[in-house]
Amino acid sequence: MLKLSLLRSCVVGLGLLLATSSWGATEEYGYPIKDKYVATVVGTPTEYMADLPDKIPFKTRRALIFPDRQVPDAFFYDREMLYSVALQRKAAPLIFLIAGTGSSHNGSTNKEMAKAFYQAGFHVVSLSSPTFSNFVISASFTGVPGHAEHDAEDLYRVMEHIHGLLLEVDKLEITGFNLTGYSLGGFNSAYVSKLDEERKSFNFDRVLLINPPVSLYNSISLLDRMAENIPGGIDNFNLFFEDLLRGFGELYKRADSTVDSGNFLYAAYQALDLQDEQLAALIGTAFRLSSGSMVFASDVMTDFGYVKPRGMKLDRYSDLAPFSAVVHRLGFTDYYHEYFYPFYRDYEDAGSRDAFVQSESLTHIQDYLRNTAKISVVSNEDDIILEPGEIDFFHDVFGDRAKIYPYGGHCGNMSYRDNVAHMIDTFTR
Amino acid sequence: MMTKYSKAALLIAVFSMAACSSGPELQMQDYPEPVFSAERVLPADAEARTASAVYDPWSGMNRRIYNFNYHFDRYLFLPAARGYQNVTPDFAEEGVSNFFDNLRDVNTFLNSVLQLSGTKSAQSLGRVAVNTTVGILGLFDAATYFGIPRPEEDFGQTLGYWGTGPGPYLMLPVIGPSSLRDGIGLIPDTMVNSYLKDEIFHEDWVLAASLLDAVSVRSRVTFRYYETGSAFEYDTVRWLWSTKRELDIAK
Repeated sequence: MLKLSLLRSCVVGLGLLLATSSWGATEEYGYPIKDKYVATVVGTPTEYMADLPDKIPFKTRRALIFPDRQVPDAFFYDREMLYSVALQRKAAPLIFLIAGTGSSHNGSTNKEMAKAFYQAGFHVVSLSSPTFSNFVISASFTGVPGHAEHDAEDLYRVMEHIHGLLLEVDKLEITGFNLTGYSLGGFNSAYVSKLDEERKSFNFDRVLLINPPVSLYNSISLLDRMAENIPGGIDNFNLFFEDLLRGFGELYKRADSTVDSGNFLYAAYQALDLQDEQLAALIGTAFRLSSGSMVFASDVMTDFGYVKPRGMKLDRYSDLAPFSAVVHRLGFTDYYHEYFYPFYRDYEDAGSRDAFVQSESLTHIQDYLRNTAKISVVSNEDDIILEPGEIDFFHDVFGDRAKIYPYGGHCGNMSYRDNVAHMIDTFTR
Repeated sequence: MMTKYSKAALLIAVFSMAACSSGPELQMQDYPEPVFSAERVLPADAEARTASAVYDPWSGMNRRIYNFNYHFDRYLFLPAARGYQNVTPDFAEEGVSNFFDNLRDVNTFLNSVLQLSGTKSAQSLGRVAVNTTVGILGLFDAATYFGIPRPEEDFGQTLGYWGTGPGPYLMLPVIGPSSLRDGIGLIPDTMVNSYLKDEIFHEDWVLAASLLDAVSVRSRVTFRYYETGSAFEYDTVRWLWSTKRELDIAK
């Protein structure tokens, strides 16, 4: 026994020695999933996750952003904007988190990020994506989400409002401001930071963009194409979706109570033996479901007449299933061409369709990103929302401020312990 | 005693009658056609490509109860649950929830027997035996510690096991999604549960115990009405809940 443990400590010691001496040259990235679709769907298996507290004081709050706004009765419950906070009991720096497409202030990704930042000593204010229907209804000025500059204006207004409440009501002591977001929330962060250079309400110390798209149009096109992998085409959207849930259901039936929920998706992936096409279809489907909610909320708010006939009033008891069937059949690019662009073309001088597409990108503000030391980016070589070559944009524009992992898909590795350590380090070093 | 349950039955009967009063149908043809209409987007055989629509003839009433539940939750139930969590130390919350779960395990045992399931009967009976003794009257969940799984069976599932279909979807006040079958199933389950509470608690404390049970359960359920971020939440909840019940019965 003694011999064995002695041997083991020798081996471990030797390993450590080798590891430290060769650090940098053969630095191995330990995130375990090498397939970009699997990583995107499954995320990080529990044993690879960063060690974070189970419970933090993460509380949902409500704010009335537009007191005079007449909210349609169908959305009576979304008059106030929902957000979450986790506040330190002492003076501390504050960080704003912005969720990704269609995600909420208390979605699992924002919650995990909140844990990490709270543990690191930050006041955390967690915001929904401007594409989350509650935000569209309660906090979007135009009611038509997805616009780089208008979304930034909306977020900024919300941040200022919450900041005021934290000072007046909570008497919070804040020593500095920081900003981060993942996916579309990363993209939003870049534009909010740029807006802050003019408005100067926060003068952010650090800003981190996590797996942002470079061009919105390129990314939504990629996501639309993924949904086309649905067997039998998009007409079978409902069947595919229900089949999928039924597959999960079968697993749920078989699963004993010992399978922890954190690894359920991984177990599901292994048991269902999904191929890349099916995984792509699943990802496309997930985005389509969230975009459907966003688009419908927007259509009701502006009465544009996209899927709901113009002038038709819906109340809180209306059966919305006919609209659900239609809106889930449509892609992001349908929204872009048939609603989003026409709306902004009439709302303000949005330029030609091509110029508009060009302007909805990080490329459009690359000079700002290149010359602003406080902004960094994290992405993955195999991020599925980036066109081939777009990853080079990060190397080129951010230089040393870009951390590009070899794999992880789209946000799949965000909870991996190295990624969390890097994320926190970005704001604390 | 009996009046309590006949009241519940009466309540259900009233709901079924109120069901007729659903809102007016929306008439699409009275309005200009939107950019994307059903005719333009959906395939002709769309119905055939939509699997398993949940039978919801009482949709009008159900939506009104859904709406009521939101307000009940927001202004009464959730504040009570939050208050309870704020004043109660975590270990006491655990104890309370374990205690009432132990009573529910008795229901699971009875229903497992009715479903002729030896394994689940043994597991649930084992749990009650261990938790009531080693777990000090159910305050500690010793059974889970010893690795005894916790099946959950109710009378709705028992009816399902013997071939009763769910019947119309039914939104219950306070309790939430159900079906006619499962709503009826609640009656014997509640009778058993109330019988146990009557036996354990002094007469004056039975109501308080039941309220504590309800608040404790609500504080552990993360679902919030109208917070899923989907305008189609009513339909999604209906489908998910019905599917889950189907699976629970097969499990």
